[in-house]
Amino acid sequence: MFNSLQDRLQDTFDRLRGKGRLTEDDINVAMREIRLALLEADVNFRVVKRFVAVCKERCLAADVLDSLTPAQNVVRVVLEELTQLLGSTESALTLAPNRHPNSIMLVGLQGSGKTTAAAKLAYLLKKQGQRPMLAACDVYRPAAIDQLQTLGAEVGVPVYTGDRTDPVAIATGAVKAAADEDATVVIIDTAGRLQIDEVMMAEAVAIKNAVRPDQVLMVVDAMAGQDIVNVVTEFSEQTDFDGVIMSKLDGDARGGGALSVREVTGKPIKFVSMGEKPDSLEVFHPDRMAKRILGMGDVVGIIERAEELADAEAIADAERMLNEGFTMDDMLKQVNTIRKMGGLAKILGMLPGGERLMGQMPEGGIDESVVSRMEAMIFSMTPQERARPKIINGMRRARIAKGSGRSVQEVNQLLRQWDEMNKMMGKLRSLQNNGQLSPRAMKQMAAQMQNQPAPGGGNRAQRRMQARKKGRRR
Amino acid sequence: MALLDRLKRGLSRSREALNEILYFGGEVDEDFWEDLEDTLVMGDLGAEVALSVVDDLRDEAARRGLRTDRQLRAALIDRLAAEFTPATGDPFDDRPSCVLFVGINGAGKTTTVGKLANAGKNDGARVIIGCGDTFRAAALEQLEIWASRAGVPIISRPRGADPASVCYDVLEAAEEQGSNLVLIDTAGRLHTSQDLMRELQKVVSVTRKKATMPVSVVLVVDATTGQNGLNQAKEFNDALALDGLIITKLDGTAKGGIAIAISHTLKLPIYRIGVGEAIEDFQRFDAHDFATALVGDGSLV
Repeated sequence: MFNSLQDRLQDTFDRLRGKGRLTEDDINVAMREIRLALLEADVNFRVVKRFVAVCKERCLAADVLDSLTPAQNVVRVVLEELTQLLGSTESALTLAPNRHPNSIMLVGLQGSGKTTAAAKLAYLLKKQGQRPMLAACDVYRPAAIDQLQTLGAEVGVPVYTGDRTDPVAIATGAVKAAADEDATVVIIDTAGRLQIDEVMMAEAVAIKNAVRPDQVLMVVDAMAGQDIVNVVTEFSEQTDFDGVIMSKLDGDARGGGALSVREVTGKPIKFVSMGEKPDSLEVFHPDRMAKRILGMGDVVGIIERAEELADAEAIADAERMLNEGFTMDDMLKQVNTIRKMGGLAKILGMLPGGERLMGQMPEGGIDESVVSRMEAMIFSMTPQERARPKIINGMRRARIAKGSGRSVQEVNQLLRQWDEMNKMMGKLRSLQNNGQLSPRAMKQMAAQMQNQPAPGGGNRAQRRMQARKKGRRR
Repeated sequence: MALLDRLKRGLSRSREALNEILYFGGEVDEDFWEDLEDTLVMGDLGAEVALSVVDDLRDEAARRGLRTDRQLRAALIDRLAAEFTPATGDPFDDRPSCVLFVGINGAGKTTTVGKLANAGKNDGARVIIGCGDTFRAAALEQLEIWASRAGVPIISRPRGADPASVCYDVLEAAEEQGSNLVLIDTAGRLHTSQDLMRELQKVVSVTRKKATMPVSVVLVVDATTGQNGLNQAKEFNDALALDGLIITKLDGTAKGGIAIAISHTLKLPIYRIGVGEAIEDFQRFDAHDFATALVGDGSLV
């Protein structure tokens, strides 16, 4: 239905490319896309406004605009901010060490999945070596107690039902029973309630005050819309819950409510519920959630690929290339890359000021047949010659020409092309030294030059390159 | 908590501002339009829809010379109300009728069946309930309680049985007992679960084949659902060819704006809305009222 944020930003920046440096206005356009993407994910619009403002500031401050790939970098900034906001160091279930039994109370709206979550939590704790007990305090919904009993039996956890009428008495009774029966944790399932229902909210508070649970967890439906901020605000004020279980994340809802909850209440997301089976309660991963909210589940690879490009080996290679110059082996690697993509043209196209550099690209550098001939000639060079092409004198040229079956003129042309490339490297190096390019962008670019095609849009850059060449010939 | 306070203040501020502008007139400025947009987004109408609706309203205001509060408000409400697909019939009134209730987990299907059984009975229908939720723990017990409250018969099979067989049974029982309103509950399922959606297809096709009366498939949607609601509805509609919608849980603070998108996009009428906990709290849908609630009830500060 909707494009992912990455695609939208890519489109936006593609339109902006060729303009040279991106401006604040361009970033505003990108931020609009981010705003829409977050709203589509059901992040509350006030949270979105604040969040986008933070992202914009960071985008303007950081080296995002100067980078080769502004779209990716904007997404990276957004993703980082989102992950950080969603993340929490306290997301583990904290139970007081010297309390027998510990207790966990679940609260939430009707239909959010409390009873199911209670059984899943019991199963999880049991697997961790605890001896949990379930307390059925939903005396309102017809057969809610039966449901918990059935689920309890399925996961092999006792269910305390008490008198089946007074939720506070059931909760306190369960804690006593747990102490008697040597259960270590009581999980209190409560009735679903609307945050505006004063009587029911007071009841939740009464249960909490009577039991003083170690943890109060609120169950929030991943499909929740904008109104969830009103809901969690009220629940937070009344029950002061400690964390959130997001339910129904096995669907395709983006779950933007997670961000709203975190932003509005400051409470961490502790678990996500991913399916119908009792073992489908998982620990919350802020990074995965951030990607999900941005609709990037399928295109996460784009960012990850960019990270891979910057892996240690590539960086080392790139640094050597920048510091020690460009060898024939580099050129060989590059021509192979060029075969697969728009190559240098594309990379330059994405650079601020790259259009200018592109004019200095050696003519014919990316013609397919030229590329195989170049390869043949480079293969005819000795390792020393490849590392230091400057040593190639007349005699060596004749030998290389003979070995590769090309003419001496062609060998000369190759050496001129290498010389051009090498000079370009020098230019990039001086750009870097003058601080016009961030080291990160530099490394990323150098890595791209000898490695994989930059993600997305390769053909476009190629076409543009070819169009430009044609124009020049005319 | 500062943010929390700000948020609360902000919410009431925008609502107040909207009411003020709408009622006391004055030149509507950019803030007015922005607030209007926010109100619609907050009502889960969806950002893109909200933007386009407000843009259209601007054009309309310019074209028709709308300037006052009341005019703009009325125009917006009319516009939103017109988005809803009107119903051509009512499966609860036009009897004999068999209605299958489908939807995701926790949408409120079982409660809806229980309450509508009661409403049907009070309306003079001969109601029978089928418990097609043979999966969820205690779903049958829950529905049995509703059936006894409403005083209507219920047909079921043990947990784990084939839900399609329950549909067969209930239609047979309906014929024997001369029932003219058959309400069938089904297990909640996420629209992304292909196996469960296929199971539901079978349930629907068995019901359609067996029934001698018209069969309607109704999607139950929780009003608190956000933008994913449209995905849900699309998947259910693709799989089952839905006849209409029921929106539940409108007694909270959620406005259920996603219902507009669903009704409009999928051309589905809304038959009933759930507005409270009590057994009689199901109402007929009124597009104008719904739109009014979404835009703001206009009540003065």
